[in-house]
Amino acid sequence: MVSTSALDFRIPSDLAQIEAIVAQVVHRCRECRFDARLLSLNVPVALTEAIANAMLRGNGEDAAKEVRIRAEVSEVRLVVEVEDEGEGFDLDACAADPTTPENLEREDGRGLFLMRTLMDEVVQVEGSSHVVRLTLRRR
Amino acid sequence: MTLDANLHGDVLVIALHGQLIVGNRQALKQRVLDDIETGTRKVVVDFANTGYIDSSGLGVLVSLAKRLRELGGDLRLANLNADLRTLFELTKLDSLFQIADSREQALASF
Repeated sequence: MVSTSALDFRIPSDLAQIEAIVAQVVHRCRECRFDARLLSLNVPVALTEAIANAMLRGNGEDAAKEVRIRAEVSEVRLVVEVEDEGEGFDLDACAADPTTPENLEREDGRGLFLMRTLMDEVVQVEGSSHVVRLTLRRR
Repeated sequence: MTLDANLHGDVLVIALHGQLIVGNRQALKQRVLDDIETGTRKVVVDFANTGYIDSSGLGVLVSLAKRLRELGGDLRLANLNADLRTLFELTKLDSLFQIADSREQALASF
């Protein structure tokens, strides 16, 4: 039987709060014996990107708007849903490849690429342009 | 994240302590831009005490390197752990930066 533990946070759109939330999710993944590389690279970077995206793009940097982060961690996988209170956005509209020569020297445009590269799946929850779901299988 | 900055000859060495991410990237950017204003053209960022960088942190490094190169200088990197090297490889930014195994090697490269 797989035991799953859940975390649920609501935080204002304050970039300084991201690191502490990420640390708690990483800690829970460590308890579920995720591979060290996933703990030091994949989870923290992808989750930082998702929360920052919700604050900056979703909530438009409006500190009065909150971001909700729900994480379910088991010995099978990590599933995180990040929800903003903004106008919503189309994840697939941000799909430019930052590794091409014409984009390589751009300051921005790597967030979604890193999320997709470091997670097994990144999708917008069906019916909602406000919720992004990240899934990473344990290995 | 905190940073220590020291001049080694005409090279500014910035040692980061902690993650370089969206919430603190501006501190690094402003520090280097301030030093550029006073004539600094060569910069080494030492990541010996950094676990990970996000896209905003990578973006700041790209932006600062571009500015320094326009002025005839450069920004070089040292002491990246395996995760950081992977990030630079995934984003192909390893082709944009000189990456040294140590601070001394980075200093000697100028």
